[in-house]
Amino acid sequence: MRSSLVRRIIRRLFFAVLLVLFVSSIAVVLARLAPGGIGEDLLTPPEVRARIRAEFELDRPLPVFYLHWLGRLVRFDLGTSFVYGRPVGELVRDRAANTALLASTALAIATLIGIPLGVLTASHRRGILPAVVRGASVVALSTPPILTALVMVLIASRTGWLPVGGMGTVWHLVIPALALAFPVGATLERLQAGATTETLRQPFMLAALARGVPRSLLVWRHSFRASLVPVLGIYGVIVGTIFSGSFAVEIVTNWPGLGRLMLDALFARDVHLVAGCAVAGSFFLAVGTLAADVALSLVDPRLGEST
Amino acid sequence: MTRVGQALVVLWIAAGAFAPVLAPNPPAAQFEFPYAPPMRPRIIDADGHWRAPFVYGIRVRSLIERTYEIDTTRPVPLVWFSNGRFVSTADPSTPLLLLGSDAINRDVFARLLYGARASLGVAIVAGVCALLIGAIAGAAAGYAGGWIDDVVMRAADLLILLPAIYIVLALRAVMPLTLEFHQVFWLMAVILGLVGWPHVARPVRAIVASESRREYVEAARAVGAGPGRIVLRHLVPAAGHALITQATLLLPAFVLAEATLSFVGLGFPDPAASWGTMLLEAGRNVRAVSEYPWMLAPAVAIILFVLGLHLSAGDGRRGEPLTDTSLGAK
Repeated sequence: MRSSLVRRIIRRLFFAVLLVLFVSSIAVVLARLAPGGIGEDLLTPPEVRARIRAEFELDRPLPVFYLHWLGRLVRFDLGTSFVYGRPVGELVRDRAANTALLASTALAIATLIGIPLGVLTASHRRGILPAVVRGASVVALSTPPILTALVMVLIASRTGWLPVGGMGTVWHLVIPALALAFPVGATLERLQAGATTETLRQPFMLAALARGVPRSLLVWRHSFRASLVPVLGIYGVIVGTIFSGSFAVEIVTNWPGLGRLMLDALFARDVHLVAGCAVAGSFFLAVGTLAADVALSLVDPRLGEST
Repeated sequence: MTRVGQALVVLWIAAGAFAPVLAPNPPAAQFEFPYAPPMRPRIIDADGHWRAPFVYGIRVRSLIERTYEIDTTRPVPLVWFSNGRFVSTADPSTPLLLLGSDAINRDVFARLLYGARASLGVAIVAGVCALLIGAIAGAAAGYAGGWIDDVVMRAADLLILLPAIYIVLALRAVMPLTLEFHQVFWLMAVILGLVGWPHVARPVRAIVASESRREYVEAARAVGAGPGRIVLRHLVPAAGHALITQATLLLPAFVLAEATLSFVGLGFPDPAASWGTMLLEAGRNVRAVSEYPWMLAPAVAIILFVLGLHLSAGDGRRGEPLTDTSLGAK
């Protein structure tokens, strides 16, 4: 069983490398094909334009450019950003760390809120609290991060309770992380509630109850363990959701993350920076889904055997 | 609750469809009051007398602070069904501003209706694209099996794994940055459709693959129906319910994608109204919005529309956008 798990992880690693390669290749090609570009405005004299384009290897045909870029990628060299005049690797690493901080905080908040509430609403079907939670979940699912962030920024700017933009103290993290966490937390709550309801209906639950296992232990321990599999299964998808959501949130709250950098790079047609962002983004995505997958395999060993 | 949700959705689509009739003013017309407050239609005047529906004009109290007061000396009657508009004011110098005006003096209510037209229009066209591509790809994969199935479904898996907004962003940003309204409309719809189809293809494939082993398909084949007819007339209709479910999940995501793209300046060009461009205008000046909360109307509109779709899709458990199809462990 161990060896099958290892095999599964190796296969997943291979897939992760492919993913990074694929995404960044697409990014290079798209960014090179985009109309307009570095030094292609009317103000730049032709000889300066030629020099700049030569410096960034943009005068070479696309296949040559791509192979060179790939060759440097293997040595972890992502080239230099035209807009920032700094190595892309450095820029991307800083910004990706910021995005990772935001995303992991949001994920932690969503998990800590969503999972217990899900168990609660499933195990106490009657009462006001579960109904409130259920209603709040549906509303939270309908309020996308971009709007929650915007509204929270408005409230904060009016009341002065929280800093409204940028990054610095822990307080700067509150608005973007909460905005990101709400819909994800609601997703987890609904999912956990569904899974718990499902497991509570299983015969082994009735058997345990008959043997005198206290109900709270049954709900929070036995059923919780059994419901882990479907809930953990969603985490691989949530990584992508959070990533998507963090783009809008970063723009609204001025969080200096990968999304902002990518947007600036796209607007400026900074090919190396676009490609670098794609590498960093797909790397994080690959790591996130890999981690979710490994966690899932550890909880449910059957998965490791079947593949 | 399902009924409430459906009513919300229908209401917004109707608002968009009939925007030219329902809006009291043209969406790009500029009046003389920046950030004017919403006007209330009245039937009782300041002296306590009943009269036909009218509004009071507004008077500038301070131009620098942009504060206004109601001018009770000057009631302006509302006129119905004139100039092809459902309702407007009799006096063109006092426009009917049901939701106030924005930073450059435009009618927020009119822009909200025209915004519904643009935003929901894009989302619906994109939804049709996604359903078409997804149904064809899913049906082909499920019916043919073999390598076609492998190629199509691997591509779908990959697209679902990638963060959708970044693909949309990249595809939009590599096109020329400034485009006409209708170019943006179709470009955005096609891009969103291309990103959305895997969410349709997956359930369709699963249904088609299992249904194609049923007796009625065998019977159809026995009476001489070709594969095209079997898939189109028998198998795709069997997946009809899944198509509707996926559409209710995709539409909110598409509305949001439009909002996000417009918010970062890659959406509709300036004078045009969409919920995204209106959000952008609100986001440009955060301080102003806390003084003039009606600028948040597009946010409320988006939430109500998305909530409506979630409610009409039934239990909230199914409601998470774009993640629905892979709940089980794979």
